[in-house]
Amino acid sequence: MSFEQTGITFLWVFLYVYIIAASIDFGAGFFSYYTKRYQSDHTIHKIIQRYLSPVWEITNVFLVFFIVGLVSFFPEAAFYYGTALLVPGSIAIILLAIRGSYYAFAAYGGRESKFYTFLYGATGLLIPASLSTVLTIALGGFITVEGELVVLNYVKLFTSPLAWSIVLLAIFSVLFISGSFLAYYAVRAEDSDSASILRRYALRSALPTIAMGVIVFLLLRDHNPEHYSKLVDIWWVFALSVLLFIAALALMMTGRNDGTAFLLISLQFATAFFGYGAAHLPYLLYPYLSIYDGFTNETMAFALISVFAAGLAMLIPSLYLVLKLFLFDADYIRALKNR
Amino acid sequence: MVEYDPVLYSRLLTGLTLGFHVIFATLGVGIPLMIALAHWLGIRRNDDHYILMARRWAKGFIVIVAVGVVTGTAIALQLSLLWPNFMRVAGHTIGLPMFMEVFAFFFEAIFLGLYLYTWDRFKSRYTHFLLLIPVVIGSTASAFFISTVNAFMNAPYGFSMVEGVLTDVNPLAAMFNPATATKISHVIISSYLTSAFVLAAIAAFHLLKGRTSVYHKKALHLTMTAGVIFAIGTILIGDFSGKYLHYYQPEKLAAAEWHFETESEAPLIVGGILNSDGEVKYAIEIPYALSILAGGTIDTEVKGLNEFPTENLPPLWIHYLFDGMVFIGMFLAAVSLLYLLAQRMKWTAFKKPLLMAILAGGPLALLAVESGWIFSEVGRQPWIIYGVMTTEEAATVSQHVDLMLVLFLILYIVLGFTCIRVLRGMFQHDDIEQILKQRK
Ligand code: HDD
Ligand code: HEM
Ligand code: HEM
Repeated sequence: MSFEQTGITFLWVFLYVYIIAASIDFGAGFFSYYTKRYQSDHTIHKIIQRYLSPVWEITNVFLVFFIVGLVSFFPEAAFYYGTALLVPGSIAIILLAIRGSYYAFAAYGGRESKFYTFLYGATGLLIPASLSTVLTIALGGFITVEGELVVLNYVKLFTSPLAWSIVLLAIFSVLFISGSFLAYYAVRAEDSDSASILRRYALRSALPTIAMGVIVFLLLRDHNPEHYSKLVDIWWVFALSVLLFIAALALMMTGRNDGTAFLLISLQFATAFFGYGAAHLPYLLYPYLSIYDGFTNETMAFALISVFAAGLAMLIPSLYLVLKLFLFDADYIRALKNR
Repeated sequence: MVEYDPVLYSRLLTGLTLGFHVIFATLGVGIPLMIALAHWLGIRRNDDHYILMARRWAKGFIVIVAVGVVTGTAIALQLSLLWPNFMRVAGHTIGLPMFMEVFAFFFEAIFLGLYLYTWDRFKSRYTHFLLLIPVVIGSTASAFFISTVNAFMNAPYGFSMVEGVLTDVNPLAAMFNPATATKISHVIISSYLTSAFVLAAIAAFHLLKGRTSVYHKKALHLTMTAGVIFAIGTILIGDFSGKYLHYYQPEKLAAAEWHFETESEAPLIVGGILNSDGEVKYAIEIPYALSILAGGTIDTEVKGLNEFPTENLPPLWIHYLFDGMVFIGMFLAAVSLLYLLAQRMKWTAFKKPLLMAILAGGPLALLAVESGWIFSEVGRQPWIIYGVMTTEEAATVSQHVDLMLVLFLILYIVLGFTCIRVLRGMFQHDDIEQILKQRK
């Protein structure tokens, strides 16, 4: 693999981890709010707190990693995206800031208020909507470049069926991923009532997710034929994704093996996400910026990749420790040891 | 109507976000060290007060970190959104430490979560304490890495510019440039100092309110002992920073000191006003002090402002910021020294005024951080990368930066107020001895 491909692969892997971890987080916010408001169920809320409190910062770092990594490996991307995305980017930052800090205020400050939970729930759906728009923009057709001026065409973006389909896809995916993971987590906490409620939420968003996936696929044909034909070239990846989806759905209906079901769903998204990414290459921003003309110099690339390897060597054992202590420690989840 | 100028608004917005972030970042760098000190003392002396101290500081810390994390995410994105041309160059030359910083964040975030949620979960108390070490290292490392980026902006090394094209990039030379040593050590130790004083101010507040628990006295003693060391360190390294400026950015030093004519045996000017003829009025002059600050001897020749083309000079009001920082540095050192002396000598007469001075020290230390940064950043103007790229060339040309400035201003006001309310709510009504009894 060339430096360019190595770089973009690293970034894409971290973005994938962020998408899964953040989906759980975003969806949890929504479920937390929804069940509290409409079901007066507080156990789900507690389970979610237990999982989220130790990990939300780590989730956030994955996003920061992607952004900083992108501008380090592809400095030109900072120029194009930076100029074009001022307004949507700022709105996403503000939403993220509200979400993160009010989560902390509520969870650590002991200030449970309806309003905080509402903010937390609402931003859980708004953030994926605003972040997914970046993927839409990367497909090209919404940005025009005239010399130093990079302009985003808002009217075109907001009236584009493709953009809205991607937003819906993002929202349903968030609920689907989150519901299935939290159902698994509730089972581990030996709370079968919450588990079945969460499983039901997940199942409800399953079909919309896959339907939106297919719709986006079809809309791409008109929007960016080049990308579409590359997607069709690797059709088997997406077929595999659909198979994984069906298997996960079947498992979930039985109500057992939520862990395996969640694993299959992660794989379903992995295949679709990497397939989509592979077809997108070599473009970072169609058709203006490719990974080859936006790449950093060789010395820097080598240094970055070395640091990355060293960083991973520290990161993986630490993450393992987190998983072991919080995710797979049944006692912690059941909240026996730690008040 | 003022004409829309994206450069101006970008500068304001960057300054706003960084100025807000740095409060939480500074405390985020220093407080883990203080928690570690308290926790360590608690284990060594088997003293529940110190353990409780570590617990309570950690509890407040997590709220600070949360705001630090969200504002940090904001500034990371804003650097690309507002300064796309700068990031284009910076990515090629100084991307490495920025990338390393993210790993420091990972490290810190992971172990902070582990530390906070595993009290009483391990058999040995040392095991739990060990989880704190990576937090201390991670937070200091993140300050280290980001400050090297800022050092690079002041002293760009490790590349050559041939007809507008970057070549010969050497990421390590860019990272370890002449500004790095003083920059990072001053930033890190002043963060420790600030954190010690902010925690001391809280203890002093409780004592002034008449709370008698020995807990607060222990907290005060610990923070003041650390404070003396950090205060002296900050002043010493500040002195080295002055010498760095003398050799590499003489116009910044000259502007800070309203030093117009190149001369040796130069005096240090404190306060004063500059009238329209460029004369300094009402200032206190400390003979030879500027020469000593710049070169260590009284006959060091200090370059004056008149030697530089006016368009390359920063605004002269940064003089007051520099004075403010230095004054506060002296004040903090004096207060913490006096406190320890009073303790030793068992002077009780000064108790109240001293406590009030310590209480003032917390906010003042934060003020020193703000003035230090604004002095350093504005003092670099008109350059964003010293001698290589001007701030104007670097800024975005987008519309709506003004609107974003308003939105972020509202966001920070709301966040700031809620943060203070939440922190007060967390600790206001606690009775320490009661808590200790309950935990038994
Ligand atoms: C509690 C905070 C604090 C205190 C008490 C001091 N400083 Fe400071 N100073 C900082 C916090 C700070 C800072 C926030 O960390 C800065 C801003 C940018 C930087 O590199 O560090 C800084 C910058 C800074 C610079 C500019 C460096 C540059 O632009 O590259 C100089 C020359 C000094 N300081 C000198 C001093 C001296 C002589 C002090 C004597 C008392 C002093 N500082 C006290
Ligand atoms: C955290 C403490 C900091 C504060 C309070 C601060 C403050 C400021 C202020 C007030 C400005 C506007 C200056 C002007 O336009 O007159 C500015 C500019 C800027 N700073 Fe800093 N700064 C800090 C640290 C940093 C660091 C560590 C970096 C490097 C990564 C940085 C990067 C920039 C950039 C890119 C600009 C815009 C260009 C410029 O005006 O020079 N700042 N900062
Ligand atoms: C001297 C100035 C600065 C210092 C000392 C500093 C230090 C810190 C600290 C201690 C945190 C909290 C991290 C945590 O506790 O998890 C933080 C957060 C952050 N800072 Fe700063 N910072 C400074 C300026 C900047 C600048 C200029 C940038 C932009 C490049 C930046 C980017 C970030 C980011 C992205 C985060 C969030 C990290 C996360 O998600 O965990 N910081 N910073």
